[in-house]
Amino acid sequence: MKIEIDEEKCCGAGQCVMAAPEVFDQREEDGLVLVLDAAPPQSQYEAVRQAAKLCPTAVIRVAEDD
Amino acid sequence: MSDDRVVIVGASVSGLTVAETAREEGHTGEIVLVGDETRIPYDRPPLSKQLLSGEWEAERLTLRDQAALDGLGLDLRLGTRARSADAEARTVTLDDGSVLDYGTLVIATGVVPNRLPDGHGLRGVHVLHDIEDALRLREALRSAQRLVVVGAGFLGAEVAAVARKLGLTVTLVDPLPQPLVGALGETVGAMLADVHREHGVDVRCGVAVRALVGDGGAVCGVALDDGTQVPADTVLVAVGSRPAVQWLEGSGVPLGRRGADGCDGVLCDGRGMALPGVYAVGDVAAWWDARAGRRHRVEHRLTAAEQARIVGRGLVRPTAQVEPPVPFFWSDQYDLKLQVFGLPAPSHDFHLLSGSLAERRFVAAYAADGVVQAVVGCNMARQLRSWRPAVASATPVGEVLRTAVSA
Ligand SMILES: Cc1cc2nc3c(=O)[nH]c(=O)nc-3n(C[C@H](O)[C@H](O)[C@H](O)COP(=O)(O)OP(=O)(O)OC[C@H]3O[C@@H](n4cnc5c(N)ncnc54)[C@H](O)[C@@H]3O)c2cc1C
Ligand code: SF4
Repeated sequence: MKIEIDEEKCCGAGQCVMAAPEVFDQREEDGLVLVLDAAPPQSQYEAVRQAAKLCPTAVIRVAEDD
Repeated sequence: MSDDRVVIVGASVSGLTVAETAREEGHTGEIVLVGDETRIPYDRPPLSKQLLSGEWEAERLTLRDQAALDGLGLDLRLGTRARSADAEARTVTLDDGSVLDYGTLVIATGVVPNRLPDGHGLRGVHVLHDIEDALRLREALRSAQRLVVVGAGFLGAEVAAVARKLGLTVTLVDPLPQPLVGALGETVGAMLADVHREHGVDVRCGVAVRALVGDGGAVCGVALDDGTQVPADTVLVAVGSRPAVQWLEGSGVPLGRRGADGCDGVLCDGRGMALPGVYAVGDVAAWWDARAGRRHRVEHRLTAAEQARIVGRGLVRPTAQVEPPVPFFWSDQYDLKLQVFGLPAPSHDFHLLSGSLAERRFVAAYAADGVVQAVVGCNMARQLRSWRPAVASATPVGEVLRTAVSA
């Protein structure tokens, strides 16, 4: 799995951090999304998919490797 | 037969999210998604921000690309308006004359912008709700010189900020004493008035509009109650909105009246059910809020999606656990990013938790009866998030203040 983000769209809602705190954080200055791990381990897949779904501005794109 | 047909009326974020969630949860039956706009579903918040300023083009607002939409296997009827419904017969009548039977009806028709009693026929007078409104206003702002924004809520304040960036002369008028006072109270309202003034906006709060003044069919000014007249070639009327429920009059679906029921919109329980087999989501819906002990409508992007996910899941797994959504809202004005969890009200007590208003970086709690109702952050998004649980669990404000001091 690979995570891509469209940072310009981020409104700093922090939904992603609540869903997958090990993969996402927010920058201290402006609250915009920070990807801690762009290729997370399998144990995080479900949380990352959830984060992508919850993000109100569709910032997070998940490329699943199949 | 159509007993298990799901009909969703309103093809914007909440309607689309219901359909998408139902499919994700394994719903394989027929889903009809009816929307009166002709464009494929798009996101509204950028309309008053990046689209209006010209930073983004319309395509960027699309919620799902055509392939993703096709993949959902919906009977998607864009450019089609629901004219009426009959909850007893379980039918919806569309403006093309067709009648749809439904097993489940989901109402996701959002809101319509309020207008002033007069003056909207004048050239140069705008409202801002859909993408066509936004493109029209953007075009107008290119050649405009003097903009008057009537209504200093989020929408009006955001448009004022964009118009200043574009170099226009901007006046912001509202009968209330500060911008956004209804949403964020006096303290933050006063700070925002300062911010707008510093950026060159003529903030006229505490004075009502008497009339839009026309000359040869075009607007030329706005007459105020204090006897002054502000010249204008372009006017945005941003005076709130009301739920799009006209098509439901007489349908049997319970509709609220502001006075009698405390709120307007489709009256729902805590899972969005208005009647057995009838649900409402998003801006149009007044869900029961167990935390607040009342029903209310929330006109926020994230809440629309959260409610839609609850209802979409419920169509497949009716017993799924429901966690009541904590409302979240954001607004961008100049270099300020405001964010709100919960529902602040002007009557709430204001408690600074971190930062300072002077520096325009703070987190504050809004409390009623000693309990946290909302937290508001300005340019402190990351910190703000850590206070969200205080809203979700209705924490006593004293506890929150103690934590803030020791943090
Ligand atoms: C300019 C603007 C800026 C905003 N900025 C923010 C922001 O910064 N942050 C935030 O949290 N929220 C913001 N919002 C609010 C947010 O966009 C809404 O909460 C969200 O769009 C609600 O989604 P919805 O699907 O419930 O309703 P809507 O998006 O209003 O969609 C309802 C749809 O139903 C259609 N419809 C209505 N009646 C019928 C009918 N009879 N038949 C068929 N179709 C019908 C409408 O045409 C529309 O397409 C903003 C809104 C606007 C207008
Ligand atoms: S949920 Fe989306 S908008 Fe919010 S911080 Fe994460 S990426 Fe940004």
